[in-house]
Amino acid sequence: MSEATANPGPRLPTLLKSQEGIVLALAVLAFALFSFLLPSFFSAGNLLALVRSVSILGILALGMALVVIARGIDVSLIATMVVSVSWAFVIARSGYSLEFALLIGALFAITAGVLIGSLIAFGEVAPIFATLAAGSVIYGLGRTFFFTLEMQNVPPGAGWFSLIGKGRVLGVPVTVVAFAALCLVLHLVLSRTRFGWQIYAMGNNPAAAKITGIAYRPMVVAQYAISALIAYGAGLILASSASAINARLFNSTMIYDILLVVVLGGIGLNGGHGKVRNVILGTVFVGILLNGMTIMNIDYTIQNLVKGVVLLLAIVIDSLVNPRDEQTSQQGDL
Amino acid sequence: MAASDTLLRLRYRFVPDRLFGELLTKSWIDNVIPALALVATVLIMVWIIPGFLSVGTFSDLARQLSEFGLVALALTIVILSGGIDLSVGSMFALCVLAALVSMNVLGLPVGVALAATLATGIVCGLLNGVLIGYLRLRAFITTLVTLVIYRALYDIIFPRVASAIVGSMPVSPTWDLIGFGSFHGVPVSFIIFVVIAVGAHILLSRLRPGWRLRAVGGARRSAYNAGINVKLTVCLAYVASGILTATAAFLFSARLGSTGADTGIGMEIAVLTAVVLGGVSLGGGRGSVGNAVIGSILVLILTSGLIRLSMPGSVNQLILGLVLIAAVLFDAKWVKNRGKLLNKVYISPTYLKLAEQKARDENDVLAVNDRLGATQLIGLGQVEGPEDVVLDRDDNLYTGTRHGTIVRFLAPDYARSEVFARIGGHPLGLAFAPNGDLLTCVGGMGVYRVAPDGKVAKVTDETNRSLLSVIDDSRLRLPDDLDVAPDGRIFFSEATIRYEMSEWAVDALEGRGNGRLICHDPKTGSTRTMLRGLIFPNGVTICRDGQSLLFAETWACRINRYWFDGPNKGKREIFLDNLPGYPDNLNRGSDGTYWIALLGMRTKTFDLAMRKPAFRRRMARRIAADEWMFPNINRGCVLRVSASGEIIDALWDQAGENHPSITSTCEHKGWLYLGGVSNNRIGRVRIEGADPEWTSQGDYWGKR
Repeated sequence: MSEATANPGPRLPTLLKSQEGIVLALAVLAFALFSFLLPSFFSAGNLLALVRSVSILGILALGMALVVIARGIDVSLIATMVVSVSWAFVIARSGYSLEFALLIGALFAITAGVLIGSLIAFGEVAPIFATLAAGSVIYGLGRTFFFTLEMQNVPPGAGWFSLIGKGRVLGVPVTVVAFAALCLVLHLVLSRTRFGWQIYAMGNNPAAAKITGIAYRPMVVAQYAISALIAYGAGLILASSASAINARLFNSTMIYDILLVVVLGGIGLNGGHGKVRNVILGTVFVGILLNGMTIMNIDYTIQNLVKGVVLLLAIVIDSLVNPRDEQTSQQGDL
Repeated sequence: MAASDTLLRLRYRFVPDRLFGELLTKSWIDNVIPALALVATVLIMVWIIPGFLSVGTFSDLARQLSEFGLVALALTIVILSGGIDLSVGSMFALCVLAALVSMNVLGLPVGVALAATLATGIVCGLLNGVLIGYLRLRAFITTLVTLVIYRALYDIIFPRVASAIVGSMPVSPTWDLIGFGSFHGVPVSFIIFVVIAVGAHILLSRLRPGWRLRAVGGARRSAYNAGINVKLTVCLAYVASGILTATAAFLFSARLGSTGADTGIGMEIAVLTAVVLGGVSLGGGRGSVGNAVIGSILVLILTSGLIRLSMPGSVNQLILGLVLIAAVLFDAKWVKNRGKLLNKVYISPTYLKLAEQKARDENDVLAVNDRLGATQLIGLGQVEGPEDVVLDRDDNLYTGTRHGTIVRFLAPDYARSEVFARIGGHPLGLAFAPNGDLLTCVGGMGVYRVAPDGKVAKVTDETNRSLLSVIDDSRLRLPDDLDVAPDGRIFFSEATIRYEMSEWAVDALEGRGNGRLICHDPKTGSTRTMLRGLIFPNGVTICRDGQSLLFAETWACRINRYWFDGPNKGKREIFLDNLPGYPDNLNRGSDGTYWIALLGMRTKTFDLAMRKPAFRRRMARRIAADEWMFPNINRGCVLRVSASGEIIDALWDQAGENHPSITSTCEHKGWLYLGGVSNNRIGRVRIEGADPEWTSQGDYWGKR
């Protein structure tokens, strides 16, 4: 059993000892440090830009968190995102209405998610391998059959669509609102619904979850379908705010950034615990880190190195705080 | 009816059903499917692409294989340890950089450059190893992160040295030899690869580090309990991965002499595909160098074929991804279901027709009596599973137990007992050698010798391997009974080569000739199989002519005579057929007779089932082993037959309390001693009118 379940309702001292607390302290420290050292950091404009720039990462991390809590992992998120959105744009540009094209894109994302989930649930392939291979297949499929250009611009004449990325509600960017809304929805799902409780059960002890009668396989399929759909939504917001989607994102380190958010936030890769606030915490911390480094004009390659080292440290701490349970870990469970 | 019976008999005689199950038991079966896939891929490529099989292709492929294959070996070692290493691609890139900087920029000698490259690989591998081995991080996510870190390092360093690398060419014949040289048409780098691969194969399959690695990957907790240093083993697996990747990078640098921004990107997916496709199981512990090489060739042929067909890179990515999914799916299902499939198909019953029993009346020699009802019990509750009993010249009684000991009951009243020897296994048949040594067939071990002072020595535990047997039948699995010829040769039976001792009843369900008669000659120390295909050969006893022996075939309910010497050498005939029960051990008795222990009696239902192999197969597949039909061993008897093979007497236990099931008899000084493999006692009963001075040893070996 994890510490979280042993102590319901984290009290401040225990919170500070947990990884979550450490990251929170680090985030506050980094925030204070950057505010103090970098004059342009602590301004309303920059902070808004910060939150806006990481909210796409945050949305993707919510999808990843859902899967990770149920002791899975989905490294095909970026592939699903770029291919489904790019394809939707290609369809829209070839004469169909944008709404129809977006529906096709959504269907593609869900289909991809269902197929990946089936491979894991029925094929009994380890999630990491299934999603690793599926990412390669989805991207190869997209580049071979759906679109040839890496860069797909938003189709012209889509007024409402560009509002997603650029519009504001009461002065807050729509992107941030979308992230907040999704956080709320996922929080309610995870904490108030049977579906959410079953996800925790599956992550805590898959064998026990199966025995107690949870519809294990349909649940797995549903998780990957939902995470694929969330990825699609994140892709739409991304495309809307940048007016285009770049397929090369698949080859970038974005998927590691998502993992960074999830793991740093304190959602153990063992599954079974973690909440939406962990994702928010991770998102904010990564946002501060990236924003600070960008303001300091640190080279992109060195930023990658820093992110990698921070993620490694996060995983080390994660494994120390949540040691792997030898009783429920399985052969081939990497 | 007769015609269909004949057809059935011929069908089971000539269709080798059992081979399928036996093939599945072989460990090399894991390699067969990848090898077939390789052959199919090559054939398709040759068919689609003209001139695919040219010498140029081969030499090109060989150079690529030596680099790709080494990385595949690296990943194989890590996967065998139960982990995974996704950082091989980035590690490869860093090592290439190290080699090129040493050679081109710093102008170091080749040896130093090699050392620098290997050192880079070792450091990278050691970081992975410490994190995963000692800090117990998850292999997948950790190497995913080190992939990012190593790649970031490469991206930081590469632009700063790129122009310097291109700007100068090293002058080194050794470097060029590694990169471009060939020896009798074989590229040097390929020779290096072959040497390393053979070395790795020997290390993994024949030496202790390899076994430990597999043990850790196969069952981590068991390996720990067995005293293996799990953390160190896992850590070293990643270091080995680093070294092999560095070697590959060295060969790559020597061949190309330059590097690009995308060196090593996506390599982990290609290598992972190769390794899994080759048959290395992601669960850990299963896989070999051969698997890695087969998979590497497959992936290289596939990718180079796609390039020849001028497909864009995305198609390559798509196909590699699909192949990886298929391979991983197959691996998951194969590992899970292989055992189940084996359980289902291994049992392969065959047709066995026993002659009808004629009806018996009260005056028949086989009529049930109660002469064993009055047996005196020896060692009740002190022995478990006394399969055979034998007495020495001082009238002490010996028997084997299922605890692996030989117990001695001391004359004259056999009230006291002591453990005479501890062997292991389950000592079954017993016989005395002329020099007073006790010889025993130990189920699960072989034939052993116990000196009068209780010292145990192995006589033999293997025989010659049959040429066409799929199962390795050189080891003895279930030696059952033995006897010693006058010249000292030991003849013993092995009941079955397909099952362990605990599964003897399953062999009854098969009814095939799975057993054999084996001879060990102490003069030459050789053990040779004399007769094969015997239906559960059990008791063995040498006839009084010293040239032939009798042996029982239990499930066939018959006794055979076989001449091993003299003018009739090699002749085999049926001595006694259509017995009413299942004969076990045979022993010589007084007045030239033989005693036959029947461990159970035949039943009409089981006889019928033996004529319906399909029925038994269905039974074995569909219902639990507890519910299977079993030969009747609840009630047996002892038969006395004359030297010419006529039944002259039968002893029964009517109440079925003392000795309903008997596996062995021994006549000694007017008494008959009884053993039973499932009994907890030994019995003895007075034989009316028997010579009170007759002993088996005295009769056979002469008076002392």
